[in-house]
Formats: sequence, structure tokens, C-alpha cells
Amino acid sequence: MARRENSEINAGSMADIAFLLLIFFLVTTTMDVDSGIARKLPEKSDQPVEDVIVKEKNVLDITVNRKNQLLVENEFVQVTDIKRLAMEFIDNGGGISAPKDGKPGEPCDYCNGEQDPLSSDHPTKAIISLQSDRGTTYGMYVSIQNEIEAAYNELRNKLALKKYQRSYKDLLSDYKDSGKESIKEKIKFLKDSYPQIISEPEPIK
Amino acid sequence: MSKFKKKKKGQPAISTASLPDIVFMLLFFFMVTTTMRETDLVIKKPVLPTASEVKKLEHKSLVSTIYIGKSRDARISGDKIQVNDKIIDVKDIPNFIFAERALRKEEEVKYMTTSIKADKEASVGTILDIKEQLRDINALKISFSTTRGSDLTSNY
Repeated sequence: MARRENSEINAGSMADIAFLLLIFFLVTTTMDVDSGIARKLPEKSDQPVEDVIVKEKNVLDITVNRKNQLLVENEFVQVTDIKRLAMEFIDNGGGISAPKDGKPGEPCDYCNGEQDPLSSDHPTKAIISLQSDRGTTYGMYVSIQNEIEAAYNELRNKLALKKYQRSYKDLLSDYKDSGKESIKEKIKFLKDSYPQIISEPEPIK
Repeated sequence: MSKFKKKKKGQPAISTASLPDIVFMLLFFFMVTTTMRETDLVIKKPVLPTASEVKKLEHKSLVSTIYIGKSRDARISGDKIQVNDKIIDVKDIPNFIFAERALRKEEEVKYMTTSIKADKEASVGTILDIKEQLRDINALKISFSTTRGSDLTSNY
């Protein structure tokens, strides 16, 4: 009986098959990372909340109408002005902070603002109110949110450079890489110094 | 008579024997990193606004995405909300989030983020309605999905 030799399987086409699969996965893969402006919504409580009385000078009113026109403190402005206006408002430091843990309020010792008595007292008291219209476009809304975020980030950045000789962004990425408790403290301090207080009232119908 | 004939020294061919190995390595890399597109858009693809202060969304598996855009049919006006291959009403968003939560482990629920991918022409009213719905069911972490860029003039 003629026994056929077990010839080896030709592996020459293996590369071709692998290439074919490779190209398929190359085409279908999506490497895009989802990125965006992160926001935390306020919690809803069952009990009716008492109205908090806030001095008008501690609120920066931003209103946007359905034609995407902007009013900041009753003045017509452009989106690009918001960052500057918000920074001036937050960093003003014209008064003292709210009493905390029984301690009386202190003046803002890290602010670089003009200390205008008609603007905000303290960064921890400064509230930005964004009143939008239902007909405002989402692009405009995101732009305003972005400018407010930019204002806070720049203020935190300035303080970080002054206090830790490191930018806020670097601190955040340092924390992500190392996860050190000491860096977390620093970031927390910066966030507490310039807390983001944004209020969004019901939209205009 | 040349017993010691000069051997002709040609360039030896590069061995391609390891080529399949290299290709397989790449193949496995892409197989592992690839994520098949799970949702097909029924609405018109939203054109995301641009923003400079963006944060990357961590933990992709904990993100539920809501798409907002115009209908493909140009005659139908208004914003349409899409989740998981179908167009839904604002009132159905809590159900969608509950369904998403049911798929995750209990301890992961608090890290879940809702990513809003809305067209820049969409109206803020729709977005605020969705935010209100999300607040009702305590899904407080949201992210307005944007493309990274410093030129915001295309937004409005």
C-alpha cells in the first residue's frame, strides 16, 4: 500500500490571512475617546428647601436669549468677554467669606481682584447664574459653560502656580499618574478656594 | 584553476519568516482595542460643539450616551432624542437609565456618567428637560460631549 508522506502544511499564506483580518480590524476600530465638559447636577431633595438669601452683588447674572444674544449684568456682551468678566467677578475679594465651622469669615488673601465693594465678596460666595432661553442653541450654551469653566480653571491655575509652583493641569495629571494623597489635598485646596457655584434657573419659555 | 573561486557575495534576502508573527501581534492589538460600534444612528449625525476645557471620559463601560439631533426626514422639525438604536421621548429617559443601571454592578452605579451628544443647533430647552429627568432619578454625573478645539466661533 502506498503510504502518502505527511507533507507539511504550507504556511506561506498565513501572513495573507492575518493581513486580511488585520485590515478588517483596522477599519472597524474606533479609537476616538469621548471627551466633554463635565458637570454635576444638583441633588433633588424631598423636603422643600428654604430660600437662601444671597446679596445681589454676589451673583453674576448671565442671560442668553433665543437669538443667542448675551447679557451680563444687564450689559450686552460677546461670548469671548465672559471669561474676563467672570474672572474679575470671582476674584474680586471685596469682603469676607462666609463663616465656617464657627469661625468668622476672613477676607480673601489669595485674590488679585480690585476689591470693588459692588462686586463679589469672596470666591466662595460668588455665584454665577446662567439664565437661558428654551430656544437658545446648544452650541451657544456649551460655549458659555466652556468660558465659565475656563475662568475657574485659570484662577485655580494662578493660585496653583503661586502656591505650589505647578500648574493646576499638571497637578491633575500628576494625581492621575501617581494617585498620591498629598496631591489630592492640593487639588482639593484649589477647588475649595475657587469653588464652582453655577446656578441655572428655569429657562425662559 | 582557481580552486578558491571567489564566492559571489550577493545580498541575502531578508527573511520574511517572522512577518506573520508581527502581523499577528498587530492583529491581536487591534482585536483587543477595537470596540464595535454599538449604536447605529437613526437621527442625523449630531455635529458636536467645540470646547477647550474638556475632560476625557474615564471608564467607557460606565458611560451611557444620549444622542440629540434632527430627524433624518427634513420635513420633521424639532429635536429627536436617541438611545440604543431607537428614538424616545424625554419621559422615557429614566427608564433608559434604569435599564443601563441594571446592567452594571451595584457598586459601580454611582460612577456612571451620562454623556450627552447633542447637535450644536439643538435647543437648550431639550437639554434642560433631559437634565431635569436625570436629576429626578439621581443620575447626577453628566458630560456635554464636545470636540476639542480652541476656536469657539463655529458654535454659534
